[in-house]
Amino acid sequence: MSDDAPVADDRSDEPREGTAVPAIRRVAGTGVPIRGDDIDTDQILPARFLKAVTFDDMGEYAFYDQRRDDEGTLNDHPLNEFQGANVLAVNDNFGCGSSREHAPQGLMRWGVEAIVGESFAEIFQDNCKSLGIATLAVDHEDAVDLQDFIEATPDAGIEVDVREETVQYDGKTVEGEVPDAMREALLEGIWDTTAVMRTNLDRAKAVNDSLPYTDD
Amino acid sequence: MSEGTLYDKVWERHKVADLPNGQDQLFIGLHLVHEVTSPQAFGMLRERDMEVAFPDRTVATTDHIVPTTSEGRERPLADERAEEMLTHLERNTEDAGIRFFGLDDDRQGIAHVVGPELGFVQPGMTVVCGDSHTSTHGAFGAIGMGIGTSQIRDVFATGSISADKKAVRRVEITGELGDGVGAKDVILHVIRELGVDGGVGHVYEYGGEAIRSLDMEGRLAVCNMSIEGGARAGYINPDETTYEYLEGRGFAPEGEAFEERKEYWESIRSDEDAEYDDVVEVDADGLAPQVSWGTNPEQVVGVDEPVPEPAETRDPEAAETAQAHTEVTPGETMAEHEVDVAFLGTCTNGRVADFREAARVLAGRAVDDDVRALAVPGSGTVKRTLEAEGIHRVFKDAGFQWREAGCSMCLAMNDDALEGDEVCASSSNRNYVGRQGSTEGRTHLMSPAMVAAAAVEGAVTDVREFDTADEVGSGSGSPVADAEVDG
Ligand code: SF4
Repeated sequence: MSDDAPVADDRSDEPREGTAVPAIRRVAGTGVPIRGDDIDTDQILPARFLKAVTFDDMGEYAFYDQRRDDEGTLNDHPLNEFQGANVLAVNDNFGCGSSREHAPQGLMRWGVEAIVGESFAEIFQDNCKSLGIATLAVDHEDAVDLQDFIEATPDAGIEVDVREETVQYDGKTVEGEVPDAMREALLEGIWDTTAVMRTNLDRAKAVNDSLPYTDD
Repeated sequence: MSEGTLYDKVWERHKVADLPNGQDQLFIGLHLVHEVTSPQAFGMLRERDMEVAFPDRTVATTDHIVPTTSEGRERPLADERAEEMLTHLERNTEDAGIRFFGLDDDRQGIAHVVGPELGFVQPGMTVVCGDSHTSTHGAFGAIGMGIGTSQIRDVFATGSISADKKAVRRVEITGELGDGVGAKDVILHVIRELGVDGGVGHVYEYGGEAIRSLDMEGRLAVCNMSIEGGARAGYINPDETTYEYLEGRGFAPEGEAFEERKEYWESIRSDEDAEYDDVVEVDADGLAPQVSWGTNPEQVVGVDEPVPEPAETRDPEAAETAQAHTEVTPGETMAEHEVDVAFLGTCTNGRVADFREAARVLAGRAVDDDVRALAVPGSGTVKRTLEAEGIHRVFKDAGFQWREAGCSMCLAMNDDALEGDEVCASSSNRNYVGRQGSTEGRTHLMSPAMVAAAAVEGAVTDVREFDTADEVGSGSGSPVADAEVDG
């Protein structure tokens, strides 16, 4: 987040009881626009960087090829130009293709905490939910307007409100949509589903036993 | 909301609980695991001091990073990071008691090839894998979904995922397929019609005469690319074709158990009067072989049709960028577009039937001198079956490199990659920029028969213009006949 971001991030520090993750109500900071429809996860995180047994270094690899020119020096890609931002502004069908969680992991480790765009590929969106990254779907015009705004005023504050399903910037409030399950999970701090589902382990075992194919 | 579809029925059978986030906890009947997306999940599990809850419902193989030459497969692998990933998987599966088809097992191969051919995948299952092409398994009337690594952790720890039910769209594919036209052409055509994001929010139920007429391997190719159409899953109701395929597969039930299981399989078929959220019809009658001209899988034309002007496409800006990258000319057909590489294989078209189809084109012909041609069977079982039938000879004699099983040049995580701006005729499923290992490389998606034709001519060619051999190899029986299974 840039130093002069007007509002503080609202990740509550203390996880709720029984869960290991904080509730996320709002993400506030500055923006980074990445334009284009159907940006696939191969572009977001090229396959050759998947050869790692942890996600630790993924931040460096986000949009790796697009951030460099032919000689390998950093170019004017938004991830180079808008360092410190945390709200990513994209267009249609963002994150399509491969299911690699390396893609949202890379974006998150670069600094992204919320993504505003026209639409998102589903596995990508599920992965964002698992990581506590909010996605807000807005109209085409609104997405483009937000991108224009960020380019014109990179330091201006932007706030994604998960509860209200809005993005606020430039004195206006734009309505969008956070998927219900993601919204609930973020607001309640239950986006780490392992803990929640583990409490139903006996029921999962019962389902396993009841299925006609599980005795092979 | 849909009602009475296979998707509804299988979902209900597998539902564990309502979750506080509003989603359902869904039990997973089969979890396929590979080396690239699992080590982080095993790591998370260890951090939390948890164990794999249902190792018996889990099957692992290695596919993405494995070298495809026999020398290259000697351990330790030359690529240290690949070796590290493989060692992790070996250790993790051993610790957890998970069945693993590693490099020393001749059934190793691509998860989406191994799972079906060994009989692990059956109708009415929920199947997940940390890989988007898990949609493949819908060909059996299973719900196959790709998941991310945090969800893999969920499945390890709880045998379940947290998921929303999607809307069900019936995709009715009518018409009869002509000679030289097959499953790959059908699915490329469907994606072209419905768009790469047409399926968002949906699962696709494929049906209609063009689908019924496909064999299982064709159906696997169709369902495989559901994800390219944006759908979370795609499936086909099981029928006699499905049951015949399953019979005798090592991990499928046998004898009486098979008959009993069939009752379940029949029961989960979509009802005659099932309600769908949406029904679309796609006409495949007289379809020409399809070829992608651009950099996403909806940028496709029939081989005898002109490449569209950007303005005629759904997304003109994207089309313009794509055409600049692939250097195709609007108004001209893809036929005669030169290729440097021919790549046969992958989880879309790396099965026995795919190689047979390509071999019928190749028999008695030679690969063009300027073309580098790779045949990469989807699994060791596929490879041995083809070798037993003598079909590998056709490839070798024609000038194809005959490789070991893996994902290979589909995404180039091993040494098999496009170089520079090479143009590739590929039987894979993604033509994204950089996908095959070179950011300047160009990928044209097509059927295995079309890849074979392109290899011979050194350019995209309408395979219908070729006389094809009626039968190649010994044509002997089913692929599993010689696949050893130790139960
Ligand atoms: S063959 Fe290609 S698409 Fe299929 S699993 Fe391997 S990398 Fe993915």
